[in-house]
Amino acid sequence: MRYLPLTETDRREMLAKIGVSSVDELFEDVPVTARLKAPIKNLPNHQPEYEVERAMAGLAAKNVSAGSCPFFIGAGAYRHHVPASVDQILLRGEFLTSYTPYQPEVAQGTLQYLFEFQTQVARLTGMEIANASMYDGPTGCAEAVMMANRVTGRNRAVVSGALHPHYRETIETMAELTEFDLEVDAPDPAGTENLAAQVNEETSCVVVQTPDFFGRLHDYTALAKACHDQGALLVVVVTEVVSLGLLKPPGAMGADIVVAEGQGIGNGLNFGGPYVGLFATKEKYIRQMPGRVCGQTVDAEGRRGFVLTLSTREQHIRREKATSNICTNSGLCALGFTIHLSLLGEAGLTKLAELNHAKAVRLAERLGTIKGCKVVNDTFFNEFTVQLPKPAAAIVDELAKKPILGGVPVSRFFPGNKDLANLLLVTATELTTEGDIETFAKALSEACQ
Amino acid sequence: MSTKTTEAAIAAMKASKALNIEEPMLFEQGASGRSGVDLPDVPKDYKPRLGNLRREGRIGLPGLSEPQVVRHFTRLSQKNFGIDSAFYPLGSCTMKHNPRLNEKVARMPGFADLHPMQPQSTVQGALEVIDQLAHWLKTLTGMPAVAMSPGAGAHGEFCGLASIKSALQARGESRTKVLVPESAHGTNPATAAALGFTVEAIPANERGRVNLDALKAKLGPDVAALMLTNPNTCGLFEYDIVKIAEAVHAAGAYFYCDGANFNAIVGRVRPADLGIDVMHINLHKTFSTPHGGGGPGAGPVVMAESLAPFVPLPYVVHDGTSFRLVEHASDATDHKPFGRIKGFHGQMGMFTRALAYILSHGADGLWQVASDAVLNANYILASLKDVMSAPFEGPCMHEALFDDRFLKDTGVSTADMAKALIDRGFHPMTMYFPLVVHGAFLIEPTETETKETLDAFITALGELSQKAKKGDVDFFKQSPYHTPRRRLDETRAARQPVLVWTGDLGDDADEDADEEPERAQKVA
Repeated sequence: MRYLPLTETDRREMLAKIGVSSVDELFEDVPVTARLKAPIKNLPNHQPEYEVERAMAGLAAKNVSAGSCPFFIGAGAYRHHVPASVDQILLRGEFLTSYTPYQPEVAQGTLQYLFEFQTQVARLTGMEIANASMYDGPTGCAEAVMMANRVTGRNRAVVSGALHPHYRETIETMAELTEFDLEVDAPDPAGTENLAAQVNEETSCVVVQTPDFFGRLHDYTALAKACHDQGALLVVVVTEVVSLGLLKPPGAMGADIVVAEGQGIGNGLNFGGPYVGLFATKEKYIRQMPGRVCGQTVDAEGRRGFVLTLSTREQHIRREKATSNICTNSGLCALGFTIHLSLLGEAGLTKLAELNHAKAVRLAERLGTIKGCKVVNDTFFNEFTVQLPKPAAAIVDELAKKPILGGVPVSRFFPGNKDLANLLLVTATELTTEGDIETFAKALSEACQ
Repeated sequence: MSTKTTEAAIAAMKASKALNIEEPMLFEQGASGRSGVDLPDVPKDYKPRLGNLRREGRIGLPGLSEPQVVRHFTRLSQKNFGIDSAFYPLGSCTMKHNPRLNEKVARMPGFADLHPMQPQSTVQGALEVIDQLAHWLKTLTGMPAVAMSPGAGAHGEFCGLASIKSALQARGESRTKVLVPESAHGTNPATAAALGFTVEAIPANERGRVNLDALKAKLGPDVAALMLTNPNTCGLFEYDIVKIAEAVHAAGAYFYCDGANFNAIVGRVRPADLGIDVMHINLHKTFSTPHGGGGPGAGPVVMAESLAPFVPLPYVVHDGTSFRLVEHASDATDHKPFGRIKGFHGQMGMFTRALAYILSHGADGLWQVASDAVLNANYILASLKDVMSAPFEGPCMHEALFDDRFLKDTGVSTADMAKALIDRGFHPMTMYFPLVVHGAFLIEPTETETKETLDAFITALGELSQKAKKGDVDFFKQSPYHTPRRRLDETRAARQPVLVWTGDLGDDADEDADEEPERAQKVA
């Protein structure tokens, strides 16, 4: 088998050195009843590479890829162009096949890019420090709430009705299992909720999102003050990280913790994973922050270098007293993010973000002309909500047959909620063409009759 | 470019020697306005809908061209060991070869360019991948159910313990303790504590396995679960495991198995036959998905019938004609899901890679994987037990444990030996884990190494041991000598944490002296 280098001669010599006559003797501690006598029968045997490739290609062919048709889906994962260089660098074996940098002398590559990543995340979000990544936005968000509970010594969080449902649901699972309280507001497509009124001296944090799940933009400066007046923290979620190239960052609004989904930069859609959670906060909370962090130091010759640091917060040192149980995080996705953002630079990111917004404005203008359809948002970045004259789910399924991937029905996230059934979430990015918009608009118009 | 940026670049170039190249930070190389990505112009006449939330002030990111970025990261990569570069025998990490077929398959547009929220009729192939991988994992472990969504091993531990907690609640029982061997990986007690359990440690017997009597003494109606790694973190198979399972079940508790060491038994032993109730599998260990410098991983969790209803959302079902994702509790007919633990549906990119790996090996290949992994580790144990000190009698499973007794009175520590090993062209083994022996060296070669590599490693360790015993302490304390950086000051990093670049961007400071990057002001 092509990945197994040992020859029969090797095996014989090694068994002789060990002093046993067969490998089976090395499994003597396995209870007899549990020892399989031969490879499991109702599973196939090994295959050549081309057979595996053929089988997997067959499965891939059963999917409609986003690039193969007009595509308008966002809802927490965004289709941006990733330059060819990113993948080529990710495939370098020294990055792809390296481990967590526990031996820093032979891992300065990983450690320097983590330091650069942390810096990029802090600057994008307008915060002081950032960690080396979480699994994704939603798990990072749940960790942020638990961190706020620790910092404030309280255990009730208030959750906006405009927070992406996957983020809310992940917090809800953690709240249920680790026993803290939540006040979850009703879904808020109209942007009318009043969170400041819900903050009191028992609140650990308020969790909000901008652009929110429905695409609306918010300035949370006043809410941040309301939170701080009561000794609570403000947690701001950003699901479309490219938006930070154009919009006032949460740090400038007074956020205490910012959690973002980094997928939109450097990482493709990948059917939902792996993604990369960005986690940024204030320096004074450094010891309560979960996750790995990379820090700057010097080596024995006084040269600048980097190491993982502040490990006493983490599971391998602190065990049951750790800030989080996280170990493996999302290193290679963080690298993809770092490379792509390095290629964009400030000028490129700013331009990319503005292009996205301009495309979305164009899309909103065109969809707004469809009889019976109404763009709900006054503000948005590259995603907004459209109210259709009929339930959106059936329309999206109909469009999919053409195929047109025409947004996500909000009902997919809120089944059984009649008030939301006619809402459609649509997104445009720099990859959206005028032709796509026209095809989508025509089909949507027909479907809405 | 400013004087500062040019200075940094020139200083770096002066310090470079042959292929040992100094590479400054991104932030020391940027010029504002420059970009490595070409984009069309923004339309001049469109009407923005940003409210008053347009970003003001600089973000503070450098601008580099594509050649600079490619060179920057290529040079950084050259400062790393990977499995591709050298023997990487980290115990419990399973640093096996990462096949490039996996990478090709994961990047097929039909997988990579698929949005998780597309209509399910358009992603049937993706759901089938999840289903096929789930089938393999269930068959290899003998377990009837599997939760696919956890994002890594620790997340899988969380999922498994959450399942146990939910099952206990459904039984109307409140059990507050989780038992964990002293040798457990830190994620075990961290996970249990996160779920509100108190953790009690079980000591080992003189052969490095769980002390069965001590375990039985601690089992009672207040114990929710035992979390056990098997083979354990000392690389030894828990020979009493069937008796352990019986005792745990007799006490009404659940048996969680940490599957980090599954590589030792995959295809040769089914954990279900050992009596476990729930086990996470690290796809980035046993099933070769790349470690990537710290992730991403995936931690699917196989489960017994008793726990099968208590799964996270979402999961894939087949309704006779097509695959479907169950994303809401209201849609769950045969299950009592405890909720969502992550965004979207799971680590799809790791599923395609793991499935390609599994299809490549098949049942006979996986049998050989476990066999060769165990053979390699025992060869190392047999070859080094008279040179170093092994705390436990062999045979071991897929990893060999040594302690630092052989270094007694030499002044040389486990860490010093590891640093000297680096200069010999090897990545060191795991150090100081498990905690149950002093100065642990945990060596896991995996099955993808040649006998020649193992012999070279054995020779190097033998020579270094001799050197240590001869008293050349200073050589060890100053190691490594040949790496891009010598030994790094970890104390200083922790005492004065610097986690981000705080400088200005060179030329930008000259041009836009009054524009501070917009970020939260430092609080005194």
